[in-house]
Amino acid sequence: MMTSTRSKKLTRSRKEAIDCYVFMSPAIIGLLVFTLGPILFSAYISFTDYDILSTPVWVGLQNYVELFQDKFFWHSMKITFIYAGVSVPLGLVVALLLAMLLNQTLKGIYLFRVIYYLPAVISGVAVALLWKWVFNPEFGLLNWFLGLFGIQGPAWIFSEQWALPSLILMSLWSVGGSMLIYLAGLQGIPTELYEAAEIDGANRFRKFLSVTIPMLSPVIFFNLVMGIIGSIQVFTEGYVMTAGGPNNSTLFAVLYLYRQAFNYFSMGYASAFAWVLFLVILLLTLLVFRSSPMWVFYEEQKGGKKSKARGKTA
Amino acid sequence: MTLSSNLSSNAGVAPRPKMGKRLSDRLTAAFSYALLIAGAIVILAPFAWMISTSLKRKIDVYVFPPEWIPDPIQWGNYAEALTTFPFPLYTLNSFTIVVFVLIGTLFSCSFSSYGFARLRAPGKDLIFLVLLSTLMLPAAVTMVPLYLLFNRLGWIDTFLPLIVPSFFGSAFFIFLMRQFYMGVPKELEDAARIDGCNAYSTWLRIMVPMTKPVLATAAVFSFMWTWNDFMGPLIYLTDESKRTIALGLSYFQGSARSSPELHLLMAATIYSIIPCVLLFFVSQKVFVKGIVFTGVKG
Repeated sequence: MMTSTRSKKLTRSRKEAIDCYVFMSPAIIGLLVFTLGPILFSAYISFTDYDILSTPVWVGLQNYVELFQDKFFWHSMKITFIYAGVSVPLGLVVALLLAMLLNQTLKGIYLFRVIYYLPAVISGVAVALLWKWVFNPEFGLLNWFLGLFGIQGPAWIFSEQWALPSLILMSLWSVGGSMLIYLAGLQGIPTELYEAAEIDGANRFRKFLSVTIPMLSPVIFFNLVMGIIGSIQVFTEGYVMTAGGPNNSTLFAVLYLYRQAFNYFSMGYASAFAWVLFLVILLLTLLVFRSSPMWVFYEEQKGGKKSKARGKTA
Repeated sequence: MTLSSNLSSNAGVAPRPKMGKRLSDRLTAAFSYALLIAGAIVILAPFAWMISTSLKRKIDVYVFPPEWIPDPIQWGNYAEALTTFPFPLYTLNSFTIVVFVLIGTLFSCSFSSYGFARLRAPGKDLIFLVLLSTLMLPAAVTMVPLYLLFNRLGWIDTFLPLIVPSFFGSAFFIFLMRQFYMGVPKELEDAARIDGCNAYSTWLRIMVPMTKPVLATAAVFSFMWTWNDFMGPLIYLTDESKRTIALGLSYFQGSARSSPELHLLMAATIYSIIPCVLLFFVSQKVFVKGIVFTGVKG
């Protein structure tokens, strides 16, 4: 009797397991064929000399050695880091301020939310082309606007000095995506926290610092990680708007990688580059994750945080 | 930090019946409106300029300071832009890819998510963790091997590299749908089981109808990403007749046939964004909800 129910249970759970694998099979196949397999293969060809036409030739660490001696590699990494280092924090702050502005009960606020989100809907080439002309020094919108105030604008994307700042400025136009995520986070903050802080005599700035920021920290964390991962992979703007120029001032890492792979067909070299880029992103993400216990507060800690917020303002 | 105070006052704190407070509330509202309108102008100005430019004569494009209302209005620019390059063909190409990607994504992600959300099997959690971690992987790492794989299969210069992967799930959408599936009451599923449904018919008859909102969200996201995708078509498509609209647009700007005909370029650009903008306005409620959802759960 005992054994028969047990075996019945066993077959039922085995049947469930089989069903489960069948359901997961598209994802598992996709993971193996389009992600894990390519990752391993990429690691392999990063140690070879490969131009697609001839068979890969094992060269050991040569690609990596050459990469680290390639001044364009270092240059493109520097450009990418400056872009990410400025546009990510700037984007975080601007998106948060906009989200707070949009998180009010005002007439027509819904329309404003739609407008502010609109640029995020159109991405890629269309936005790049539009801004290429907004930045035009002679008849572009931006210099016309500056001209209204008597300011002689720079040559923007046509100037070596201003091209990168131009692209950073442009990235701010499309912060709608992360803004919306902040908005969701803001709406999830319990009102009692603000009431409690108010009773304790907290002023607006204090409430922002002791309630809004800590309660929003998981969302800030999410946006920070996504921002780092996304901005290090910037490509379309550099390809469509500036083609890496002028004088390589917008030669982003992925753009240089793309050229190595698909213009020069140095597949091994490009793979080595991709791996270095991967490790850099991984390292940065890990650093952010490691630092998160210091500043990110999750659901379970809400109670504790509440009293902490109170204690601070008291 | 007027904003945070506004936040709390509108979020349910009882307004104090003091005159001074009301006045300051009104001032904050006025200040907020001023900021909101200024921001909206900054966001909409490039759009307005794009529309205006697309309706100008060639000689009026470079008039400085720019005229916001074109005179005369050149509706013919659109027809001209769309015939300079075979844009109707590019549109058809883009739509073909989008339709197959939608079918693939919705089926594979919904199907797989059911397993991840509801069934038990050894190693499931590990597989899910690996799947999620691929979200962090830069596309650059798999770019070269995938190109080589598709090249070996003879798929270069076909739509297959852009379509086929979508039939094998995507970590982002599986994650999104799994979160929704976990919220569907278990009783519904048990009832279906008692009525004799197996796991597959339970998925099809209970889960799929119950989760239409998330399917719609995934469809909208998927449409926009595929429509706007540039790097994929750039790598895999070479033949002019196979170009997608994003790819066609980038060739349009640098081409001897059109450059630097700004008014035509802007007309083509507007044409290319119309489907996304329309879709956004039609679906914004579900769309915005979906983003909000992923944001919170992410």
